[in-house]
Amino acid sequence: MNLRPDLAIIARHVRAGARVLDVGCGDGDLMAALRDSRGVDARGLELDATNVALAMARGLPVIQGDADTDLAGYPDQSFDYAILSQTLQTARAPDRVLDDLLRIGRRAFVSFPNFAHWRVRLSLLWGGRMPVTRLLPERWYDTPNIHHLTIDDFRAHLRERAITVEGAWFLSGDKSTSETAANFLAEHAVFLLTRNPSA
Amino acid sequence: MLTTASPALDQRFGLARRVTLPGPLRLDSGALLTPVEIAYETYGTLAPDGGNALLLCHALTMDQHVAGPNPRTGKPGWWTRMVGPGRPIDTDRFFVVCANVLGSCMGSSGPASIDPATGREYGMTFPVITIRDMVRAQAMLLDHLGVARLAAVVGGSMGGMQALSWAATYPDRVAAAVVIASTARHTAQNIAFHEVGRQAVMADPHWRGGDYYGGEPPAAGLAVARMAAHITYLSEAGLTEKFGRRLQAREQKSFGFDADFQVESYLRHQGLAFTDRFDANSYLYITRAMDYFDLAEEHGGLLAHAFRGTGTRFCLVSFDTDWLYPTPESRSIVQALNAAGAPASFVELSSPYGHDAFLLESPELERLVAGFLRAAA
Repeated sequence: MNLRPDLAIIARHVRAGARVLDVGCGDGDLMAALRDSRGVDARGLELDATNVALAMARGLPVIQGDADTDLAGYPDQSFDYAILSQTLQTARAPDRVLDDLLRIGRRAFVSFPNFAHWRVRLSLLWGGRMPVTRLLPERWYDTPNIHHLTIDDFRAHLRERAITVEGAWFLSGDKSTSETAANFLAEHAVFLLTRNPSA
Repeated sequence: MLTTASPALDQRFGLARRVTLPGPLRLDSGALLTPVEIAYETYGTLAPDGGNALLLCHALTMDQHVAGPNPRTGKPGWWTRMVGPGRPIDTDRFFVVCANVLGSCMGSSGPASIDPATGREYGMTFPVITIRDMVRAQAMLLDHLGVARLAAVVGGSMGGMQALSWAATYPDRVAAAVVIASTARHTAQNIAFHEVGRQAVMADPHWRGGDYYGGEPPAAGLAVARMAAHITYLSEAGLTEKFGRRLQAREQKSFGFDADFQVESYLRHQGLAFTDRFDANSYLYITRAMDYFDLAEEHGGLLAHAFRGTGTRFCLVSFDTDWLYPTPESRSIVQALNAAGAPASFVELSSPYGHDAFLLESPELERLVAGFLRAAA
């Protein structure tokens, strides 16, 4: 199976046999890959009923629900990892979703498109238009992305909330970019986070 | 074992079966039921290792004829689109068992059965039963059939309550549970509607305290009970689409109390047709069992405790226009399953037909059930 680049990074770094909650799991690509290649016990949460049905047909336990409202019922620290891929920017309250992820999971993987990528900057600077790019393909009125953020925004937020970064990967297409220029060169980013660095 | 004959010749398997088990069955009320009669059907072939058994649990007024023709009416089974060869519940793969619930009137022990102590119908001396009692009777039947563990238990509405109760009562005997348009407890509103129905039956002078067998049954009361209940199975949009304010076989209002409106005529027909096939006392007993159902209460007030340590995989489905057992009821079950760490899937399907949607054509539901069972069971 060909996983999206950010999912491939996550899949490579999840410990075999772990318990994983994939929030916004789509039709279950990552869950299936984790289950089949690493014996991971993966559970999913997904908003779209069609995606839930597709994931269920693959034998994946997926619950139709919303990251903004349906994470409350999951017990504290009940998963080794909580994963939120390309979903943070669609949440009504992304900071609260992040808090929930770090409450439910001992660690959290979070990936998101970087709104400070140079193509996005150029589109705004020269075109004066909201960017429509490969990772942000929708126009301003039909995009589900209601809380755009940049890699530096996210880093600042993590510092403010005293969240520990255990790993970070920056991608342009499927190629890695350097950490220092990431906020300019990376189309999207993957962070591995925790609130219990000793755990 | 009872028999070494090939399964095809085994008299325990097939359509329109009936067995009398000695019991006694200890009921939640404390009463003992002896003997226990169970009418049931099986489809498909039980695998030599017994691992392909699937129990189907029926709703309030349904019966064991889920996929085979109903011998009394000649009509096809009530869930043929879901159950059969190559269907989502594939009888080429699964050995499917469907039993008439305890308290009903299609061949299993109920108020219309003969009490061996008196030689007369039980009537209201039949013990009050619960959903868990129905499940215990089904477990007795499965023992008789040589089924130790179920690959899956599947049910909609009251059938879903039984599926939940199965998973909570016999966690080691259930690998997967499919719970459609159901709930883990009856709400005040659910109980209220049932009470209207029961009072309609009891207000019928023919009811005579439940002692009407051999005489005129309380058909008028039972018909009203069914009419009220039937409304709860539909949605307002569904009723509007089907009937609107259209008049029944007339050009204008009669300024009387005939069934002027199509919806009145429809409900009257539903009520009357029901009295031909259902026993009024059974209706009282089964609605009572549903009202008493509160899976959390049985487990110290916390629904999650009902599923603690469970190894069962769960699949829950609700319908967006179902106001009898609306989506939040399913969601609270899902939350309890999450809290218990149980593998659970849940999806809300869209349908204009309200609670009844689970029995009607729904390709989405069929795909879901097929996919879940293919993967899980």
